[in-house]
Amino acid sequence: MASNGAVPFWRAAGMTYITYSNICANLVRNCLKEPYKTEALTREKVHFSISKWTEGKPEKPTIRSDSPEE
Amino acid sequence: MLRRASGLLARPILAARARPFSTDLPAAQTADATFVEAWKKVIPNMDPPKTPLSFMQPRPPTPSSIPSKLTVNFVLPYASELATKEVDMVIVPATTGQMGILPGHVATIAELKPGVLSVHEGSDVTKYFISSGFVFIHANSFADIIAVEAMPLDQIDASLVQKGLADFTQKLSSATTDLEKAEGQIGIDVHSALNSALTG
Repeated sequence: MASNGAVPFWRAAGMTYITYSNICANLVRNCLKEPYKTEALTREKVHFSISKWTEGKPEKPTIRSDSPEE
Repeated sequence: MLRRASGLLARPILAARARPFSTDLPAAQTADATFVEAWKKVIPNMDPPKTPLSFMQPRPPTPSSIPSKLTVNFVLPYASELATKEVDMVIVPATTGQMGILPGHVATIAELKPGVLSVHEGSDVTKYFISSGFVFIHANSFADIIAVEAMPLDQIDASLVQKGLADFTQKLSSATTDLEKAEGQIGIDVHSALNSALTG
């Protein structure tokens, strides 16, 4: 097992594991054959709907799309 | 009155979690005995609600002799590829190299690099390309493989792989910041792994 001194190159460059893993997954998805590729691209999108609550009632929800991290 | 019940709900679960972590847990009980007793003392008329423990399947105990098959759970964020499938061997692409997992393997946690996972069952071999993930091997010959993206090799387009490899080699040579270099290097690693998966 690697000692604490030998960090992976992406961590040395300031990237977190999650970012690394997501980049790998995106690259692999982009190399798929056609019908699978369009299904995979829908998987790539992460979006969530937020609604703020005021005085015990929810306001209209907004949908936010998570853009891929740099 | 019900507010006290939620206080009671919190405490026994915390007490149950204080069990020391070990790779060799005994088969867990399916109902939380201390919680049920405490509930009955306060609210004898209502049935105690089910705790998360009762929804969980207890971990199968570690058998005394090495089992003949390895049980594999291979999951992705959006689907469960293999669920408790009994196989003879799996070979996973760990960061330290291709790792073969047989029944009776020592308990291990390994990080995976982009590469090929092969599942061997009798004379059938099923191969998947994994983008990255982890494998948890438990002492009772259960292996949990989790990956972010995985697909059978025939879904990969060879021309896109070549193009990607060329793009990223070029990107790496023209990279200035550490982050760009890291991204270029990741691109090269992933595409060369895809390439050797298709040709190997």
